[in-house]
Amino acid sequence: MPVVNMHTRTPIAAINDFVVKFANVNGSGSASANELFARAILRMGVPVSPRNIFPSNIQGLPTWFEVRVTEKGYLGRRGGVDMMVAMNPQTWAQDLKEIEAGGYLLYDSTRPMPASAFRDDITVIGIPLTAICNATYADVRQRQLFKNIICLGVLSWLFEIEPKEIERLFSEQYKGKEALLASNVKALNLGRDYARDNVATGTCHLKVRRADAVGDMIFVEGNSAAALGCVYGGATVCAWYPITPSTSVVEAFQSYCKKLRHDPETGEARYAIVQAEDELASIGMVIGAAWNGARAFTATSGPGISLMTEFIGLAYFAEIPAVLINVQRGGPSTGMPTRTQQADLLSCAYASNGDTKHVLLFPEDPKECFDFSAAALDLADRLQTPIFVMTDLDIGMNYRLCKPFEWDENRSLDRGKVMTAEDLDAGKTFGRYLDVDGDGIPYRTFPGTHATKGSYFTRGTSKNRMAGYSEAGPDYVENMERLLKKFETAKTYAPAPIAHLAPSPSRCGVLYFGSTAPAMAEALDNLAEADAPLDAMRIRAFPFADSVAEFIANHEQVFVVEQNRDGQLRSMLINEIGVDPAKIIAVLHFDGTPITARFIVKAISTHLGKTDAATKTLVHS
Amino acid sequence: MTYIAKPKLHHPALTHNAAGFTRRDYEGTISTLCAGCGHDSISAAIIHACFELNIEPHRVAKLSGIGCSSKSPTYFLGNSHGFNTVHGRMPSVLTGANLANRELIYLGVSGDGDSASIGLGQFAHVMRRGVNMVYVVMNNGVYGLTKGQFSATADRGSKSKKGAVNQDSAIDLASLAILMGATFVARSFSGDKTQLVPLIKAAISHQGAAILDVISPCVAFNNHAGSTKSYDYIREHNEAMNRLDFITGQEPITADYAPGTVTDVLQHDGTTLRLRKLAEDYDPSDKAGALAHIQERAAAGEVATGLLYLDPLPRDLHEGLNTVAAPLNSLPDEALVPGRAALVKINAGLR
Repeated sequence: MPVVNMHTRTPIAAINDFVVKFANVNGSGSASANELFARAILRMGVPVSPRNIFPSNIQGLPTWFEVRVTEKGYLGRRGGVDMMVAMNPQTWAQDLKEIEAGGYLLYDSTRPMPASAFRDDITVIGIPLTAICNATYADVRQRQLFKNIICLGVLSWLFEIEPKEIERLFSEQYKGKEALLASNVKALNLGRDYARDNVATGTCHLKVRRADAVGDMIFVEGNSAAALGCVYGGATVCAWYPITPSTSVVEAFQSYCKKLRHDPETGEARYAIVQAEDELASIGMVIGAAWNGARAFTATSGPGISLMTEFIGLAYFAEIPAVLINVQRGGPSTGMPTRTQQADLLSCAYASNGDTKHVLLFPEDPKECFDFSAAALDLADRLQTPIFVMTDLDIGMNYRLCKPFEWDENRSLDRGKVMTAEDLDAGKTFGRYLDVDGDGIPYRTFPGTHATKGSYFTRGTSKNRMAGYSEAGPDYVENMERLLKKFETAKTYAPAPIAHLAPSPSRCGVLYFGSTAPAMAEALDNLAEADAPLDAMRIRAFPFADSVAEFIANHEQVFVVEQNRDGQLRSMLINEIGVDPAKIIAVLHFDGTPITARFIVKAISTHLGKTDAATKTLVHS
Repeated sequence: MTYIAKPKLHHPALTHNAAGFTRRDYEGTISTLCAGCGHDSISAAIIHACFELNIEPHRVAKLSGIGCSSKSPTYFLGNSHGFNTVHGRMPSVLTGANLANRELIYLGVSGDGDSASIGLGQFAHVMRRGVNMVYVVMNNGVYGLTKGQFSATADRGSKSKKGAVNQDSAIDLASLAILMGATFVARSFSGDKTQLVPLIKAAISHQGAAILDVISPCVAFNNHAGSTKSYDYIREHNEAMNRLDFITGQEPITADYAPGTVTDVLQHDGTTLRLRKLAEDYDPSDKAGALAHIQERAAAGEVATGLLYLDPLPRDLHEGLNTVAAPLNSLPDEALVPGRAALVKINAGLR
């Protein structure tokens, strides 16, 4: 019997609003079939939000693919699973446990399982996928690959996903390879036919219905978007060292540059990408290139930042532009290379020995990865200092629906304060570390500018305003205070925070940033529905805009939601704004999976319920 | 690292080179290194070479790491931009600078601690990549600024000033550079200007990774009996493989040497390197032979100097990357930003 419905709970019924999770073994070819599942729903005009939860491994370990189907456009994780497609015996028990009461389990029933292996409050749909494959295909590799497509066929039947959308995706994927196209369509129909003939109508109450909720949005990974932002931001030098989860930033940069940055006549490249020997060398190359007037960036993750820290201090003190795209993963040390966190805020904000403060940007999605990467290149030149684009694995390595990329045709790249040979000839005073304009930002010259004027010798040692080596206390203090002034100036250039105010004044507020944004949007709606509307503010940059301090001042209590253990943003707010620590409550999610709307709702509502709460920290349960 | 500038005044009769500069235009601030330091002689040789090559000073970018050697770029080419980076990481900064503007001359200045210890990795990789540069190692076998510890180029068995005997094998940066793919590898001695100046000129004209390992005695901490990097020791054990004459394209090439003793090598930029053979069986175009020869000499207690290895037609980093001829830092917005229409197309492909 393919279907066992235990009926102790009414099966969940939902249209365009549910969570499907695929449990697979990595390296088995499941990823592309799972992605087709998500894309087919998207093509029906229903937003989806897929997430890969994968191991640091190439073949044989458990991997999951979670798809949020959401007509309302909630692109964060909701929490909970309505249907588990359990294809990995290694994780069977854990996967079964995650299914919501009334949910569904789809599994390969080729080998019979005892009733004790299931739950009595879910609908179990057994499909003998291996048996179907073995009967149809002789080749072992084909059996493996088409099993995933047959499964896709079954799911499309159960959810009523239009097969023509899947076939259209096949034809886009296998353009010019008609044999592959035909065999995939055949496998898809094998699954659909089996489900039609063997699964009773009305077994699955999770349905996809054509809608018009996608509009002109695009479906793209944050890393690819950041890379494109670097192309548009005018980066010409990229130096990097491979590290998960940032590697695909550079791979995408390479691929976009191949299309967009070669001289049409000579075929020569208007960019240079160097895979360095380590992260120390990659940031060193970025700094060398930027000192010499090119726009340069690197992409890395937490362990790379640790290695780059010495050079970051040099760039801060010698005042050299640099852009670092930090796709954060679980730390410390090697940590969880394939899991997500927002745990590098402190290590980036204050990177280096001595007193430093660095500009951080926090994109929420691929659209902002594009915008902020391009902006970071402008900011780096404008402020002559390292700029960090603080994305993470959740944004970087998952396809995310977002607004289309935009570019103002009249925008020109901001090269900042650069003195030219003409300026020098006109008699302008040049002092490399001289604050001419009162904003803390000095002028610079590029090497090779002028035969007799404007050259300077820079260094990581202390210096006077004319770039002469100096160990004199007053010179050092003046320079360090100017750097602080420059950091203050950065506020006027960095992206401002975005406030979402509740319809009526709210006693409590929420601060959040980066990849927490989509789950927060859903959580705020849920809290409002539960009569707990909250004002919210999404922080988009460090240094913090003055409006962040005002937001905190205007609320009795403020929750700071972060994906790290120690409340790093909260520490920075206390440190930089001087907020009363008792007033800001950390809500922390740090198990390496992306934060869910349910987690946020539970944490905040629990706290709101406890008026005399002694504990200020609500940790992931 | 002085802030004492040299007086700008100079004798009106000072000769000008073809580019219109006097030798003084290639000087820097007054050196604060110890009197008699080999590094100052190397700085003087760099000034000499740049003057004779008619280089416009501002077309040179000088980069260094940390240490006594790395302080010296302030003592020459005062009209060039300079960057004193972090310890052992100058090669990566120089590589980035070269990527940004391929038209300048890049002079990397380092020491044996900077290159052979903390920076050995970057040293190896900058050679591998064929970055068009002159990399000068001011090699004294000792840490000067921290007062006399052995460096990684100190020979096994050599003695420190305090009498300690070095137990570790020495790293030979010249041999390593040959192995790593440098295309111009020379060794010289700070006390032999006649040999050093033509080597610097040839290295500057070389269009690839050029390295000069210059033995440069430390008068404060490594110039005693028992040291193998002292003035006396090097003078006694210096074995020059060849003598180099550097000939620019304009000068006539005269052949007044016995056949078989002179080799003329034409470089990319039209300059000629004339090598007068001193060691009978030494061929600087034979990589394996050169390495073997250097090791044989070292085993015999001699220091092989001269032009040790040369590939006169190297392939540099930019050639491999196929970058445009114009410096990347000079490309205008329209050459870099694909524009709105391209973005609309990209968006369409992401639906």
